[in-house]
Amino acid sequence: MNNRIHKLTVALAGAVALGGATLPAAHAAEKIKVGLMLPATGTYAKLGTAITNGFKLYVDENGGKIGGLDVEYAVVDDESDPAKATENANKLVKRDEVDVLVGTVHSGVAMAMAKVARGTKTLMIVPNAGADELTGPLCAPNVFRTSFSNWQPSYAMGPVLLEKGIKKVVTLTWKYSAGLQAIDGFKESFTAGGGQIVKELTLPFPNTEFQPYLTEIAALKPDAVFVFFAGGGAVKLVKDYAAAGLKDSIPLYGSGFLTDGTLAAMGGAGEGLETTLQYADGLDNARDQAFRGGYAKAYGSAPDVYAVQGYDAAQLLAAGVSAVKGKIEDRKGMITGMEAAKIDSPRGAFSISAAHNPVQDIYLRKAQGELNPAVKVAAKALADPARGCRMQ
Amino acid sequence: MDIFSFLVQTLNAVQYGLLLFLVASGLTLVFGIMGIINLAHGSFYMAGAYLAFGLTSATGSLVWAIVLGVPLAMLVGAALEALLFVHLYKRDHLEQVLLTYGLILIFEELRSLIVGNDVHGVAMPDFLAGSIPLNDTLSYPVYRLAISAVCVVLAIGLYFLIQRTRLGMMIRAGSHDRDMVQALGINITVIYRVVFALGVAMAALAGMLAAPISSVGPNMGGQVLILSFVVVVIGGIGSVWGALLGALLIGFADTFGKVILPEFAGAMVYLVMAAVLLWRPEGLLKKGA
Repeated sequence: MNNRIHKLTVALAGAVALGGATLPAAHAAEKIKVGLMLPATGTYAKLGTAITNGFKLYVDENGGKIGGLDVEYAVVDDESDPAKATENANKLVKRDEVDVLVGTVHSGVAMAMAKVARGTKTLMIVPNAGADELTGPLCAPNVFRTSFSNWQPSYAMGPVLLEKGIKKVVTLTWKYSAGLQAIDGFKESFTAGGGQIVKELTLPFPNTEFQPYLTEIAALKPDAVFVFFAGGGAVKLVKDYAAAGLKDSIPLYGSGFLTDGTLAAMGGAGEGLETTLQYADGLDNARDQAFRGGYAKAYGSAPDVYAVQGYDAAQLLAAGVSAVKGKIEDRKGMITGMEAAKIDSPRGAFSISAAHNPVQDIYLRKAQGELNPAVKVAAKALADPARGCRMQ
Repeated sequence: MDIFSFLVQTLNAVQYGLLLFLVASGLTLVFGIMGIINLAHGSFYMAGAYLAFGLTSATGSLVWAIVLGVPLAMLVGAALEALLFVHLYKRDHLEQVLLTYGLILIFEELRSLIVGNDVHGVAMPDFLAGSIPLNDTLSYPVYRLAISAVCVVLAIGLYFLIQRTRLGMMIRAGSHDRDMVQALGINITVIYRVVFALGVAMAALAGMLAAPISSVGPNMGGQVLILSFVVVVIGGIGSVWGALLGALLIGFADTFGKVILPEFAGAMVYLVMAAVLLWRPEGLLKKGA
């Protein structure tokens, strides 16, 4: 039933998108067809909206064009459901014949999309999903990412903790690939610098009964705890951690998703938490300030990291289109253009690695009210190791 | 594990078990007495949590939110029974599943339309906000202990209501033979309405009490629904004491599973359920016990 309702909405959304765009496009000489495959319903709906807003903001700023071409959208709600991912991606590629796939939030869905993109040689830009595989074993000449790899933000935290004199750490995350990859990234830099992981705790996703783990952490008495959580789980963990009296005796650190969009719900328990991420509030650059002003004006809310990643997906695509002067049949030329692009992102400029992942600064942020202002750059121009990537 | 940690983990297990009981008791009442498989039970839990969020923002205190929210939940429960569930008593379980699954979708969509998809937090009452230090690093939140106390009181209250009052007698009789009870001049329609409203109110109350220690967000009912069914099935369908026993068992299985066998933490609850059902297919305590 769920299925049928969603299919209906998707069909309606598709009809609206097509009806609105195909007619004028028939007269336009040149256009680029963008397939937005993002979550519009379910847990990640808000992230999907932010990415779409970011993408469209760039297009609107450039007179409705990308690299000089008119833009036509085909939209699919991926529902963050990996089981429907291949079918949805095929719909965009085969039925709608999009020139580029943009998506998505959920890593499992993004990996299925990447397989379709590889098979059909369709250009693809990932605006969020952090699975290391996407720019690792699954990397492909036509697959790019404008967000991060799970490895990146947490890898940057290792040296930060060592610098604070922290030697023994307990890690805690959900037992799913995003969490485990993030913990591995942290472990790599932390142990390389002489730190010790006392215990790696995991709990089944999406269980949030943390009490047994907090008791265990109190018994182990590490110097600090490093976690990967997001959304509702992050809110509950931070509140439980504070209520158990651990916040003052054993400091909590995490990958930045812990405190992104969750601080208000934590109700003060998140104050002062230090996290690492590729974006922060109050960055001292004009590009970011212009972006934030424009976003607030267009959508009436402050942008978040997801909006930035969507905006940069459009920028990266524009770099490719500009490189071939609008002749997007020249797929090879577009890819070369995108590989060479220097993206002037609100997060700070970044370049694209050989595996097509951003080589970017990772910020250390300290939660203050409902914001995550940057304390410093934790890792300069950090590139994902892209293990298992063999471009062909 | 030293003795101190063991004792704290036992406390964690009991505390979690009691919270599970609170959610599951409403389900077992409706399931056991009315014979309705109510998949929307988790949605009532979610609705309770969102009520707590909305009413706490409006009135400034969770206590007021509960005082206003529980009667509201009972009214909603009675209305749903009168409009929808009343048509289900004579139908088979598949149709009940269809209706209540439909309700889940409607509740989720309404939630999304009315409050959006953000995650929210609810402030706990000031007088319960403290923690009791257990040793130099670990404290125990007073609020969690208070919830446990409320759960124990409710368990006793529910037992008293069903076993020791006239209404309880009629409820029990109605669950055995609806037609005979009606023939004896008792208005069974009203009794069923009361039981269903009570079930909804219990779920909503659980959601309200849990709101400050969990995050109030999309799909929060789903997890709770599955665990509630596990508890009800282990305990024996329709048995309030069974639900309490089942909930505590699951509390222990989950807590100690996470500590002793972390690799199997996700499966522990279901392993326990399978073992209990192999041993006693009807659950620990049969209906009416």
